[in-house]
Amino acid sequence: MKNGKTLAEKIWNNHVVFQEKLGPAILYIDGHILHEVTTPQAFAALREKRLKVRRPDKTIATCDHNVPTDNQTLIKDPLSKLQVETLVRNCRDFGITLYGLDSPYQGIVHVMAPELGFIQPGMTIVCGDSHTSTHGAFGALAFGIGTTEVEQVLATQCILAKPMKSMEVNVEGIISKGVTAKDVMLAVLAKIGISGGTGFFIEYTGSLIRNLNIEQRMTICNMSTEGGARAGLIAPDKITFDYLRNRKFVPNGKKFEEKVKEWKKLKTDKGAKYSKSVNLDGNKIEPLVTWGTDPASGIKMNEMVPDPKNERDESRRKAKKRALNYMQIKPGRKMESLPIDYILIGSCTNGRLSDLRDAAQIIKGRKVNSKVTAWVVPGSRRVKMLAEKEGLDRIFKEAGFEWRWSGCSACIAMNNDKIPYGKYCLSTSNRNYEGRQGPGVRTFLASPLTAAASAIEGRITDPRIYL
Amino acid sequence: MKALAKIISRVIVVEAENVDTDQIIPARFLKTTSKDSLGKYLFYNWKNKDTGIVQNKGAAILLARNNFGCGSSREHAVWALMDYGFRVIISSGFGDIFYNNCLKNGLLCIKLKESEIKELFGIIKKNPNTFIKINLESQTVAIVDNKKIFYFEIDPFRKSYLIMGVDELGYILAHEDKITAYEKNI
Repeated sequence: MKNGKTLAEKIWNNHVVFQEKLGPAILYIDGHILHEVTTPQAFAALREKRLKVRRPDKTIATCDHNVPTDNQTLIKDPLSKLQVETLVRNCRDFGITLYGLDSPYQGIVHVMAPELGFIQPGMTIVCGDSHTSTHGAFGALAFGIGTTEVEQVLATQCILAKPMKSMEVNVEGIISKGVTAKDVMLAVLAKIGISGGTGFFIEYTGSLIRNLNIEQRMTICNMSTEGGARAGLIAPDKITFDYLRNRKFVPNGKKFEEKVKEWKKLKTDKGAKYSKSVNLDGNKIEPLVTWGTDPASGIKMNEMVPDPKNERDESRRKAKKRALNYMQIKPGRKMESLPIDYILIGSCTNGRLSDLRDAAQIIKGRKVNSKVTAWVVPGSRRVKMLAEKEGLDRIFKEAGFEWRWSGCSACIAMNNDKIPYGKYCLSTSNRNYEGRQGPGVRTFLASPLTAAASAIEGRITDPRIYL
Repeated sequence: MKALAKIISRVIVVEAENVDTDQIIPARFLKTTSKDSLGKYLFYNWKNKDTGIVQNKGAAILLARNNFGCGSSREHAVWALMDYGFRVIISSGFGDIFYNNCLKNGLLCIKLKESEIKELFGIIKKNPNTFIKINLESQTVAIVDNKKIFYFEIDPFRKSYLIMGVDELGYILAHEDKITAYEKNI
């Protein structure tokens, strides 16, 4: 087919309201998700300009970044409390549905919105959060925006933008035992680097991707932003449609079947050209863990911490030196020999039910190492409720994990969940930047399986010894 | 949005590559409901460490290495940079969301070739007092006291809005009838 289009191009074109020659497109937004951190200034601007929210029915809100996960009835930090209360007031004043601390749907934006069925194939979705790329797992075009754009979407349900180029990341093969979607994504990032996706919408294709369930697909799309891409997406299929059936925002009965017919058309045309293509052999992907302070630094557990001396490029050598200095680890040491102090299982990357099930299968009947503080922070209240229904909370608690309430927790360190200065945390979250989990905190990124095995051993551990 | 057409200033350089917005302003300082007074938190975790920042207090131009502003979407990073006094950032690459956020606030991001960035770093290292002249109209970066000029690309729509200092929201609102028509067809 000549002039074939990619999935991202199709969704983009369907949402262009108006575009002048050489100008940006006024792009219509189907779903807008709000949280307490990146919205107060947007609402303040609306008040100042005497503007209303154009489509409160296409907008939902929750609080996640600031909320405590030990006792959610008491926010001790006055600034956090004010931010959460400001969101409550803004939603009330502007008629927006808030799934707040009194709602069974409260949770991390990127966990709770899909649970509600708020994200559907072919939609454009935005949120003042870079991990909005998560929602591409449904075949939606979903990307993070700044607060000025939050204001624009609230006022007009549109943003002003030019399209990104399309990039394909193709992963063929069968995922091996002990390897998870997180490892696949760490492998993708190690291949493309942290700016390999800059300027692109990434579409993930290939047999390995197709065989992932929707939660695993969310893990993949979630970390697209770690590769610099604005969005990551996967064409919708039966797995997507089955997940969506009977969810709150999804139409029922005949209307649902009609929707499915439309959704089935959402795929990249055979003749379409991607501006960039990357291939990975999925059969060869093994469990990975990051050694440095960027998410593309994933290596195998039996590999050694790299030596900057072997890096020819001067600025990369400097960056590696700086990372090693921050991490306080020595080149030549095997990753699996490195001790850890904290374990975090949770976040918008790996805080869903299947992630907790993964970790629980290793934890069951075992004990957390006495030197380790280990937390499970379910991504949403619904995840927490479902996990408790199948007894996962007991498995974790009996092993010595703390079983907590839902929120962003120590992924971002702006709430009460703080890891002390200088400690090592193996985390299932998405960013290992300097200071991300708190000043001086050193982060290793890995999968929930690796987190579980490492919690038991008290050092970085390949989960396959327990499977 | 603050208008911007021409600026002459000394330069502050940041040596590190891939500076993410968590470095520009750590998350614990995002607990604010206003855009003001965030400059004091700029690069907060870097203080008293060897960061490679050449200080030129009061300079309005920041010279950075590749992929500046990657990571989190926090617009607080832009507000902190502007509150500190920056109006222009020069680099060979920017995080996509950060780039957008900057231009929507009147903080000009200039993208030059990697070789040109290297050259600029060399010039500033040699003489930290070098003045640089930015002209948005002619899309040039000129070294004062030296005939060297670099040209940069910028989207014409954004260029005109930056020069006028006009908020883009007005443009979208002016086309409200088209949004209404679009909504009728959903």
